[in-house]
Amino acid sequence: MELIKTLPDIYEEFSEQRRNSFMAAFEMKEKNIPFVGTFCTYTPTEVIMAAGAVPVSLCSTSDETIPDAEQDLPRNLCPLIKSSYGFAKTQKCPYFYFADLIVGETTCDGKKKMYEMLGAMKDVYTMELPNRQSLMGRKLWREEVVALKEKLEEKFGVEITEEKLREQVKLMNKNRLSLRRFYELMKLDPPPMAGFNLFSVLYGSNFKFNRWEAIKEVDALTDRLLKEYEEGARPISKKPRILVTGCPIGGGAMKVVKAIEDNGANVVCYENCGGAKSVDELINEDAEDIYQAIADRYLNIGCSVMTPDNNRLNLMGRLLEEYKIDAVVEVVLQACHTYNVESYSIKKFVTERGIPYMAIETDYSTSDIGQLNTRCAAFIEML
Amino acid sequence: MLTLGIDSGSTTTKGVLFDGEKIVKSLIVPTSASPKQSINYVYDQLYCDDVVYTVATGYGRELLDRADKKVTEITCHAQGAGFLDPEIRAIVDIGGQDSKAILLDNNLNVVDFLMNDKCAAGTGRFIEVMMRILGEDLQNIDNFVVGKTPANITSMCTVFAETEIVSLLAEGADKGDIALGIINSICRRTSFFAKRLNLYGKIFFTGGLANFEIFRKTLEGYVGLPVVTSPHSQYAGALGAAVIGWRKCGATK
Ligand code: SF4
Ligand code: SF4
Repeated sequence: MELIKTLPDIYEEFSEQRRNSFMAAFEMKEKNIPFVGTFCTYTPTEVIMAAGAVPVSLCSTSDETIPDAEQDLPRNLCPLIKSSYGFAKTQKCPYFYFADLIVGETTCDGKKKMYEMLGAMKDVYTMELPNRQSLMGRKLWREEVVALKEKLEEKFGVEITEEKLREQVKLMNKNRLSLRRFYELMKLDPPPMAGFNLFSVLYGSNFKFNRWEAIKEVDALTDRLLKEYEEGARPISKKPRILVTGCPIGGGAMKVVKAIEDNGANVVCYENCGGAKSVDELINEDAEDIYQAIADRYLNIGCSVMTPDNNRLNLMGRLLEEYKIDAVVEVVLQACHTYNVESYSIKKFVTERGIPYMAIETDYSTSDIGQLNTRCAAFIEML
Repeated sequence: MLTLGIDSGSTTTKGVLFDGEKIVKSLIVPTSASPKQSINYVYDQLYCDDVVYTVATGYGRELLDRADKKVTEITCHAQGAGFLDPEIRAIVDIGGQDSKAILLDNNLNVVDFLMNDKCAAGTGRFIEVMMRILGEDLQNIDNFVVGKTPANITSMCTVFAETEIVSLLAEGADKGDIALGIINSICRRTSFFAKRLNLYGKIFFTGGLANFEIFRKTLEGYVGLPVVTSPHSQYAGALGAAVIGWRKCGATK
C-alpha cells in the first residue's frame, strides 16, 4: 500500500478519524452490525470482535459537556468521567448513541459509579476487574472474560466459538505489533515526527473500524517515515526527549504535549493509555486456554487502579532506557486519586535513575495554558 | 558593556542593568493594565548603547519583541538569587498572584520546582485582601504587629479567611493580633508548600513580602531552615535574566 498524501495531511486525517468514522459507523449500523462502547484499556476487545460486533472507545476528552454532567455528578470528579458521562447524557457522542451495549470494568471508583448511572440510559455490562495481578485475580478475571463472552452471545444471538476468538486474538496481536513498530520509530534521535502527531495516529487508528485496513495504513506510514528518514529527512530537530505518563490523555489534555513541544522538547514516548500501556504486551496465541491467555494479557496492564502496580514500573523502566529518555512528565487529571497518589512512587522511581520528573495536574479546559507553558519551559530549561 | 534583564510580573515590572559584577541601574514600575506597555517602558528607560544582550522573563516575557532571549521566571529567579547569595540552596517566592519554590543543587542549578498558581491563598494577593479588611497599610506591618499574640486563623481559603476575619473583628479582637495571625497563616501555608521539595539548605526569600522582617522571621520558624533575603530580592528575576544574558553573549570585560 502506498500513501500519496503529504505527511501533514495524513496526520490531520488520523486526528480527525474519530469524527470521520461517524458515517462509516452509521452505515454499519444500517447493516445491523452491532457496536459495543468501551471506556478502558482493560476491555478485552477481541471477545467483542469475535461476537461480530465493533468495539468503539467512548472515552471523552473535551470539556464541552462537563457543565451538563455536573448537574448529576460532583464537580470535583475526574474530567474524563464527567466528560464521558456528559456526552452520553446529552447524546452528543454518536458512538454512544449507536452503541448497543456498553462494557465497563470496576477500575477506579469514579468510573465504577458512573457506569451505574449510565445503566439508566443504556445496556451497561460491568466486568469485575480484580485490583491485583495475583493468582486469585487471574482466576476471577478469566471467569469474567468467559462471562463477557456469554453476555455477548446472549445479547447478539451469536455463538463465539474458540476458533473465532483465536482469529481475533491473532488480528489484534497484529494490530499491536503494527502500532508498536510505528511508535518505536521514536527511538530514533532525532525522532521522525512530533510527539503530537504520534499520538494522533495512535488514537485515530482506533477509530478505523476495518482492522485489517487500519493495520495496513499504519504499516504504510511507518515504512514511509522510515524510508524518508533513511534518505536524510529530519523533520524534527534534536531536543530533550520526554516520556509522558499518567492518566489517559487526548483531546483537551493534549495541551500538555503541545506545551512541552512548543517549549523546546520532543515527546518521544507515551507510557499511558493510548500509548505503550495499552499496546505493549501480546496475547499468547498458542495458549491452550485462550481465555486465560486473554485474561492474563489484560490483567497485566500496569494501571494505577492495581495494587501494587509493579507492572507500571517495569514498563516504565524499560521505556526510559529504550527511548533514552531525558525527562518524564506525568499528567494527572484533576481528582484522579489513583494516579495522583501513585505519582509519589513514580517520581521516586524516575528520579532515582537520575531522570528529572514533573507532575502536572490539569483538566480539559484551556484556562491554564499560560501556566502550563511556563511550567514546561522552566522544566525544559532545567534539563 | 552591559546586559539588560527585565522581569514582567503580574503586579510590577522590573528592569536591571548589569555589568558582570553588580547592578548598575534598576527600575521598578507597576505592571498596571498593560503589561506590554510596562515591559516596553522599562526597556526604553534602561536600554543604552552599552547593552549587548537583553533577556525578558516573567509571565509577560513574550511581550517584548526586542528581547534577544526569553527565559522563564523559575530559571531567572534561581540565577538572580544565586548571584546575590551563592550559599543558598532554595528559593521561596511569594508573588502577587502565585507563589513558587525552587530547589537548587550545590552548583545553583534548578533541580526541582513547584508553582502554586491555582489559589490566591498563599500569595501576596491574600495578604492584600486581608489588610484591606483590617483597614491597615501593609507598609507598616512590621511595627503594627510588634508584641502581638497571633489570632488563630484556620481557613486556608481567601474567601473563608475573609469571613473569619470579619467575625474576629466583630468580636472585638485586636487588629494587630489578627494581622499577626494572617502572617502566620500565609507563612505556614507557604512552608507546607515548599517542604514538598526536599529542602536542605539556606533559603532565599523573594517577592514583595520579603521586604518585611516579620514575614522572613515567621517563615523561617515554620520551615526550620535559615531564611535570608536581600534588599535586591525584588529584582532577583530581572537580575537573573541579566546574568543569563551575560553568560549567553560570552561576555568578558
Ligand atoms: S488509565 Fe487505567 S482505568 Fe483509565 S483507561 Fe487506562 S487502564 Fe483503564
Ligand atoms: S483518569 Fe483516573 S479518575 Fe479518571 S477515569 Fe482514569 S483512573 Fe479514573
